[in-house]
Amino acid sequence: MAGSAKASPLLIRGARVIDPARGMDRVADVLVRDGQIASVTPHTTEATPDGVQVIEAAGMVVCPGFIDIHCHLREPGLEYKETIYTGSRAATKGGFTTVCAMPNTEPPIDNAAMVGLVRQRATTDALSRVFPIGCVTKGRRGKELAEMGELADAGVVAFSDDGDPVEDPNLMRLALTYSADLGLAISNHCQDMSLSYGGVMAEGRVASMLGLPGIPAAAEESMMARDIALAGLTGGRVHLAHLSTAGSVSLVRQARERGIAVTAEVCPHHLTITDDWVLGRQTLADGVATPFSYDTCTKVYPPLRSEEDVEALAQGLNDGVIDCIATDHAPHERVSKEVTYQDAAFGISVLETALASSLTLVHESRISLPALVERLTSGPARVLGPRFQPLATLSPGTPADIVIFDPVREWVVDSGGFESMGKNTPLQGVTLKGRVVATLVDGHIVYEDGENG
Amino acid sequence: MKSRSPAAGELLGLQPNGSPIAGPRRHVLDLDDFTTSEIRNVLESAKGMSEVLGRDIKKVPALRGRVIVTLFYEASTRTRISFEEAGKVLSADVINMSSSGSSTEKGESLLNTGLTIQAMGVDVIVIRHPHSGAPYLLARCLDRVGIINAGDGIHAHPTQALLDLYTVNEKFGTLEGLKLVIVGDVMHSRVARSNIWGFARMGARVVLCGPSTLLPLDMLQGREKLGHDHPLASVEVDTDLDRAIEGADIVMALRLQSERQNAGFLPSLREYIRRWQVNDARLGRARDGALVMHPGPMNEGIEISSSIAHGDRAVIEQQVTNGVAVRMALLYHLSGVQPSAPELGDTVKDHSDGR
Repeated sequence: MAGSAKASPLLIRGARVIDPARGMDRVADVLVRDGQIASVTPHTTEATPDGVQVIEAAGMVVCPGFIDIHCHLREPGLEYKETIYTGSRAATKGGFTTVCAMPNTEPPIDNAAMVGLVRQRATTDALSRVFPIGCVTKGRRGKELAEMGELADAGVVAFSDDGDPVEDPNLMRLALTYSADLGLAISNHCQDMSLSYGGVMAEGRVASMLGLPGIPAAAEESMMARDIALAGLTGGRVHLAHLSTAGSVSLVRQARERGIAVTAEVCPHHLTITDDWVLGRQTLADGVATPFSYDTCTKVYPPLRSEEDVEALAQGLNDGVIDCIATDHAPHERVSKEVTYQDAAFGISVLETALASSLTLVHESRISLPALVERLTSGPARVLGPRFQPLATLSPGTPADIVIFDPVREWVVDSGGFESMGKNTPLQGVTLKGRVVATLVDGHIVYEDGENG
Repeated sequence: MKSRSPAAGELLGLQPNGSPIAGPRRHVLDLDDFTTSEIRNVLESAKGMSEVLGRDIKKVPALRGRVIVTLFYEASTRTRISFEEAGKVLSADVINMSSSGSSTEKGESLLNTGLTIQAMGVDVIVIRHPHSGAPYLLARCLDRVGIINAGDGIHAHPTQALLDLYTVNEKFGTLEGLKLVIVGDVMHSRVARSNIWGFARMGARVVLCGPSTLLPLDMLQGREKLGHDHPLASVEVDTDLDRAIEGADIVMALRLQSERQNAGFLPSLREYIRRWQVNDARLGRARDGALVMHPGPMNEGIEISSSIAHGDRAVIEQQVTNGVAVRMALLYHLSGVQPSAPELGDTVKDHSDGR
């Protein structure tokens, strides 16, 4: 976390203040004092008292810092891909003040000592808040439950074997039952390994034309249906990670209608780009491959899918069937991606493009700005549980975790300038609209337009 | 976003309509980006090359001083020898490299191997790789060397398709309006994919036939978006070979790998043979004088009966012969040298090299 020296009060003046937790959306002044929100008051241009630092933010949006419940910070063990230090810098540059690190590290976070290590690094190295997610099963092997009680006591904020699903349905059932009283969600990466076997991109026209093994939508949907049934059976807290298909959105919608409490997330890339990008980032009308086809930075699990899926996901996000946006930030070193498509690692470096990508939906009037902010703040906090609510609001007395962003500023993605060690983005060279101007954690400016404070 | 960015096109060096900026061809990655006139040009110059191959002394100086590396990550007999012969007849220096016994075994990546070969001043890399798209990786990352795809995964095998087009064109004098039935494991066939582009582009009627589990039905999904004059728009599918083969001018049988049965694509080879083998009874339903093709290597008695494989309708050996001529034509095209009669016309005077 940032240093603890007392800073002077800070007034963020004249911005559009969006605080979905309180239903607020108006031009206001936000006063930060002693690391907390002191007040949010109607905007005035009156002179400020001496000793108050002022940020003039007219035209900007000010909202609670974003919460990412699904990212890969790679530490320990995979520090050549990312570290808690670099990952948290990427997070704050992207407007995220809280990130939850998936446990598919080396070794995995499946015991209290490993949780302690991540929490300690979070204290010494991170600019943002970093919380560990613990494994569901020992070693993420899907055979025996991890010591979920001890993991919870040690401070994990959710459970997941992410990267691998919990394949055995009975073990998943037992995990949900066993952990029901811990109050933490189990986030499952839904992938039927038999249906997806060998697949590297979405099954469909592009995969067939490029001769790449496909992953059918049913690989995701069949396990999602299973997990929803198990949530109904056990009353456990199922969180469905990274939805990518229209069918998955329907499944979650039906679950809600039946009164089964599951939560769900979607990634910025699944909301904005399709499998056509594997053929070439332009939608080449004639379906002809070029040397720019097979861009391994488009390889991600779940895979980029069709326009219809993108539409359904945006719809689901808008109407609240999907609770939140999560990045699934998956940084990789160069050589993991400078290989054939089949050999390349799955994953996209997302933290620094997440906001601008997601804002595409706002610019295209497919979701309102306050609703989008909700899906980046109180939505994810709801998945994590009540004690995260204070991190997802601008209520006086709560920690001053704040992001200030310009919703319309255009910029060109250049991964060379990423804070993340992962330069693997399919958006390289693409113009996006919407950029973080400053990020505050506990009232400290941890990122400021172009340079870290 | 969503492909609407104006910057993306410039970055890719694409024109607004999405087609690559016109210029001399540097790579042969697939037939999808060949126009009909370019295909005709290749077939035309292959005819000239064929004449060279018919000579007593099969050597012309066209590519003297050019260096070609064949980089094969998969076993191959005909394609590799065919490229080697093509290069050597044109007096290029041909260096063969395979993944076994090379730096690849020490873990060198495909890209680094490509960069190393490029640094040696090689003009053309002919690559075969078990992964679809591998030649595209080289084409994207190497800037001083031409890439010819000699087969990538299940994606494409453009030189095979060109030699198939050449063979048919030689027999019938045209490609337009002919009915081609491709039968078998179309889904896992790079030969089929390239032939679909090639034959459809040249105006042939392409029918894909085989068990539904082995047909690339996805490839044809949503093709209405491509427009009705797109090559893929007219491709047909029929799982019943007896029906599909009616009136066919060309029947192309594909190799059926025995692994497909274990992987559950087929109940048994026996059933496959009964339903999809190209045999005398079935060929009787095709047009008189129909050609039977096979990219090899054949599983005689499975996808094709022995009597057909060695019968008078089969042009399988001609395909192999023509392969050399077509590859000579492609190497020549990529060399940037404009075809000129004297170069091709004169056999090399000095016979000491290459003999």
